[in-house]
Amino acid sequence: MTADRRQFLRETGKLLLLTGAAGLAFDHVIAGQPESAPGYDATRHWWGMLIDVEKCIGCGRCVAACKEENGVSPEPFYFRTWVERYHVRGDDLEHPVVDSPHGGKDGFPERYRTGEGKTFFVPKMCNHCADSPCVQVCPVGATFHAPDGVVLVDKKYCIGCRYCVQACPYGCRYIDPALHVVDKCDLCYHRIAQGLTTACCEVCPTGARQLVDLKDPEDPIHEYLRTHKVHVLKPHMATKPKAFYNGLDGSVR
Amino acid sequence: MEQLLSRVDGYMYPNEVELQWSVLIVLYPFITGLVAGAFILASLERVFKVDAVKPTYRLALLTALAFLLVAPLPLQLHLGHPERSAQMYFTPHSSSAMAMFGFVYLWYLMGVLLLEIWLEYRPEFVAFAKATPGWRGRVYRVLTLGSYDVSPEALHIDDRVGWALTVIGIPSAFLLHGYVGFIFGSIKANPWWSTPLMPIVFLFSAIVSGIALVLLMYVVTCWLRQQRTDMRCLDTTARYLLYAFLIDFSLEMLDLLHRVYEADESFKTLDFMVQTRLYTSQMVVQIGLGTVAPLALLALTQIVGMSERARRNSYVVAALLTLVGIFAMRWNVVIGGQLFSKSFLGYTTYKMAFATREGLLATVLLLLTPFGILWGLVRLLPPWAEAPAPERPPALPAAS
Repeated sequence: MTADRRQFLRETGKLLLLTGAAGLAFDHVIAGQPESAPGYDATRHWWGMLIDVEKCIGCGRCVAACKEENGVSPEPFYFRTWVERYHVRGDDLEHPVVDSPHGGKDGFPERYRTGEGKTFFVPKMCNHCADSPCVQVCPVGATFHAPDGVVLVDKKYCIGCRYCVQACPYGCRYIDPALHVVDKCDLCYHRIAQGLTTACCEVCPTGARQLVDLKDPEDPIHEYLRTHKVHVLKPHMATKPKAFYNGLDGSVR
Repeated sequence: MEQLLSRVDGYMYPNEVELQWSVLIVLYPFITGLVAGAFILASLERVFKVDAVKPTYRLALLTALAFLLVAPLPLQLHLGHPERSAQMYFTPHSSSAMAMFGFVYLWYLMGVLLLEIWLEYRPEFVAFAKATPGWRGRVYRVLTLGSYDVSPEALHIDDRVGWALTVIGIPSAFLLHGYVGFIFGSIKANPWWSTPLMPIVFLFSAIVSGIALVLLMYVVTCWLRQQRTDMRCLDTTARYLLYAFLIDFSLEMLDLLHRVYEADESFKTLDFMVQTRLYTSQMVVQIGLGTVAPLALLALTQIVGMSERARRNSYVVAALLTLVGIFAMRWNVVIGGQLFSKSFLGYTTYKMAFATREGLLATVLLLLTPFGILWGLVRLLPPWAEAPAPERPPALPAAS
């Protein structure tokens, strides 16, 4: 074998090795990107959710649909979304009586008589905060903001340290008991990337939950925000939530 | 799990019912605190020339190392995916307080502690390497790292470098534990944790626990070796323990006073928790048994003239109580911070299992491991001048 040929083989070997390594590294780089869907341009959306407390009847179909659509554990400690029933007597906003049996999945048993104070239902979910503490604290960047404003989790990268669960002021995160990584609402990313709405919105019989695209000038949310007094949960946390509530009572936390 | 639901008082968000951070995460600040505290005690002799505590210097360094080696284990055991933990080194998320742990830890281990111990023991490594046969000799030869120059000039350089290292080491020890406090103190979602005082309180409680541990180790090793305890050393160490504890207690009381006076939206919830679910561990164990009692005992030794034996026994009891109190403090921070709902409407319970990955057995083993490592380290790197004969026949407890 001549020296030239040996050198050629050596160089080719190096090239193949480097290309392979770069390919592997690239796999890791793109591991943190949202799922790709043909035709979906994440930069053209800014997703949020409109929740109308006045319309929620506490049927729990959203909770059941979410569990089924996203394979959430059936146990009553793991919820991507849940519904709370608030009961407030008189002016005692500081001490509402709240319950959420099985996350409200099976509806709520009768408990309060009319005239005994006010009772209402509040659906809860990840607020997809623009300044989300969970993203801030993740030590490896497994939780991240997608370009369309959705807070996502890379389950292949999450180390399961649970710091994000501690950092979320809304109690929206849990550790998936099967995968041992964090899980939370991802706004049914596999659906919205295909132009569908979320499972919870899809099944809501009263339209109390609506997926909104704040970047879409045609989205009715703009008109809605202009004409309604909407609120977000725990505004003092300064997390810029994108779950907007209409008719939210001051007792809700 | 189903049992947990029946133990919930009031309303918890459903995902909150199960606690996220177990007793292993209690161990993490406890152990790193011991490391930082032991090192700061060692630095008293080295940098601040407090000659009286010299007999504890090497023991303090070895204690710090033994505990530092174990510090990441509870974290590793706790992770959902321990095999991915290296990602914190390779792809640290710059905005995460936790992401810096690996770097702070490695810096402290490799950059400060190991280097300082090596410089301190270099003359012995060289002497042992030349004199010891067999595998132990080989170990010492490796430990010399090929440097056999123990001329007065070389040792002078060692001493200067060691001094500089300790000077860097003090802020590093502050960083190591202040940082652990920051991990908790920066969580705005949790009012039990979220206070800028947290790193400072953690730091001083670390110093307190480290001094208490080294004091205990010193007395115990003297007793095991049937040697007299140097009372000047013990008195000085105990005095530093008292001073550090007074600062620590004042800081904690300041935090309490601030919370009570400000009485923000979380106050009633937290107050109720302290009066009920946290009463034993916070009021009785941490404050009563673990703070007021040792403080009173240490103060008593300063005020009342006591015999050496009475003083030594008081120090030992005070140091033991201190360690219990600081462990309770870590418990109350970590576990207490998860017992109430972020809705401020309810409380859950922490139930520790026994023989599980995060259970009592693992905790006890993790707490015992550093002592095993320390035993090995002491045999390899004797922290005291070799074996003068006992000055008098041994008596139990060690006679003065």
